Amino acid sequence: MHYKQKELWEDRLFNLLINIFLTISLLIVLYPLIYIVSCSFSNPQAVIAKKVWLFPVQFDLISYKAVFTNKQIVSGYMNSLYYMVVGTVVSVLLTVLLAYPLSRKEFYGRHLVTKLILFTMLFSGGTIPLYLVVRNLGLYDSRWSIILPNAITVWNVIITRTFFQENISDELYEAATIDGCSDIRFLFSFVFPLSGAIIAVLGLFYAVGQWNKYFDALLYLQNQALYPLQIVLRNILIINRNTPSMTVDVEAAIRAQGLSETIRYAVIVVASVPLLLIYPFVQKFFVKGVMIGSVKG
Amino acid sequence: MNSVATPQRKKSVWTKMGRHWQFYLIVALPMLYFILFKYVPMYGILLGFKRYRVSKGIWGSPWVGFYQFAKFFKNPSSLRIMYNTFLLSMYALVSSIPLAVILAIALNETRSKLWRKSVQMITYAPYFISTVVMVAILMQFLDPALGLFNTIRGLLGKESLNYMGEAKLFKHIYVWSALWQNTGYNAIIYLAALTGINPELYEAARVDGVNKFQKIWYVDLPCIQNTIIIMFIMNMGFVMSLGFEKAFLMQNPLNLESAEIMSTYVYKMGLINSDFSYSTAIDMINSVINIILILTFNKLSKIRSKEGGLW
Repeated sequence: MHYKQKELWEDRLFNLLINIFLTISLLIVLYPLIYIVSCSFSNPQAVIAKKVWLFPVQFDLISYKAVFTNKQIVSGYMNSLYYMVVGTVVSVLLTVLLAYPLSRKEFYGRHLVTKLILFTMLFSGGTIPLYLVVRNLGLYDSRWSIILPNAITVWNVIITRTFFQENISDELYEAATIDGCSDIRFLFSFVFPLSGAIIAVLGLFYAVGQWNKYFDALLYLQNQALYPLQIVLRNILIINRNTPSMTVDVEAAIRAQGLSETIRYAVIVVASVPLLLIYPFVQKFFVKGVMIGSVKG
Repeated sequence: MNSVATPQRKKSVWTKMGRHWQFYLIVALPMLYFILFKYVPMYGILLGFKRYRVSKGIWGSPWVGFYQFAKFFKNPSSLRIMYNTFLLSMYALVSSIPLAVILAIALNETRSKLWRKSVQMITYAPYFISTVVMVAILMQFLDPALGLFNTIRGLLGKESLNYMGEAKLFKHIYVWSALWQNTGYNAIIYLAALTGINPELYEAARVDGVNKFQKIWYVDLPCIQNTIIIMFIMNMGFVMSLGFEKAFLMQNPLNLESAEIMSTYVYKMGLINSDFSYSTAIDMINSVINIILILTFNKLSKIRSKEGGLW
């Protein structure tokens, strides 16, 4: 402990710098989020008058009323929930079904299968050929077009296989098979019950991806009743915006009349809440997933 | 168990497969997925060598050789689109790694657990915001009339600036917003590498009487150096496959000259102009560049460390 005296000023400076850096990072990330939430709860006139800086001014729920009575948003919300739940179940199931045999050395041909799926990471037919396949399969403009074409992520298969190899021992597999357990039964009686952690990770990755993506819907959906939330948001938040022009004053004058400004903030909040709400509870699984992924497969 | 001693030491492939036939049943469904959605579309790349007619299908459409490819390279904007893609990717990659490493080091060095947890949790949260919402936030904040940035400019006595309409600013807006959104997430992997450092090294450093700056420089950074290099090299392989979603949403007629990238161009040519063959050809050019990059950088990462590389 006699080193202590020597550490004094440099280490104090170091700690100070670290804490300044962290504080600044925190503020830069946090302030926009607070600003958005505050604007969404403020009176539209106060927002347009630029009175909102940190907390809501003239607290008002009018924007949220407008959002929740908007049929497109409500239907987009419901569709996105559907795609998220069904899509995640399908994706997790397919991923586990593929990763489990790949993790067993008794599976003759696993190297070939691994190569075949890794190759798809390297090379793909591209947007249009896949689009034509989706059309020819009759999936175009149906809910399945959102769920199936990108159901499996190769990277997730690799981390799941790695997890199985590390957590389900050969001894267990041998003991079970000697007792007459078939490969399918082993999957249901041992693999699934022992893989809660990896299934949570996979579910999370797939659910977040499914909730946030919009490209597939842009490509494959025509029917507005099937639109996921992100497409609805794109229409409300981005396309319906005035295209950038130089006539700033006119633009401001037009928008000053309406709620449009605060509604946008409310939409942003409503769209992000589901993931941000579950995030603190699932954070450790997410971190775990990144860790498993960082171990070479 | 002692199969080595038995006369037929090598079991036939069929026996091996037969004993575990259920595995093939299990992988059937996922493999069907890969065949339908990954391998069948590969047949569709023939489109790139044809002039597609809906009535005749892929196979029946007339061959045109490398016509579509030549068309792309003759197009005056093709070089600019490739340059935009490359520049945007590189800018994002080169700026994201140092910032994530610094954040990871800072988080690793704070003594208060609560403080560390809170900063980590909050910086990591924007990762969950969708691309559409992210771009919408940008548009709100950068709005010429009501956006926060221009309000602040106004207070400083400067003229309002139409950020989204400035072609020059596109790449900065794109990359800086990505830094805001992803640095917390990107830091996780370096934080993991830092926590994995052998504590004996720190003990040794302490005995040598180093201060914290020296500790970072001589212990921490060399220890996570491999992780940093592998991350860099792996991401280099995907430089041209820069995602469609964000750039497409940020585009407008005023910034298009620097906002058009390969993936958005492929989409527009294919699904908006319905020129399937041309679009497929451009996609293929991109795919080929990607393969070359990935294979090259995978080799490099293997030279760098035996454990490196994607496979």
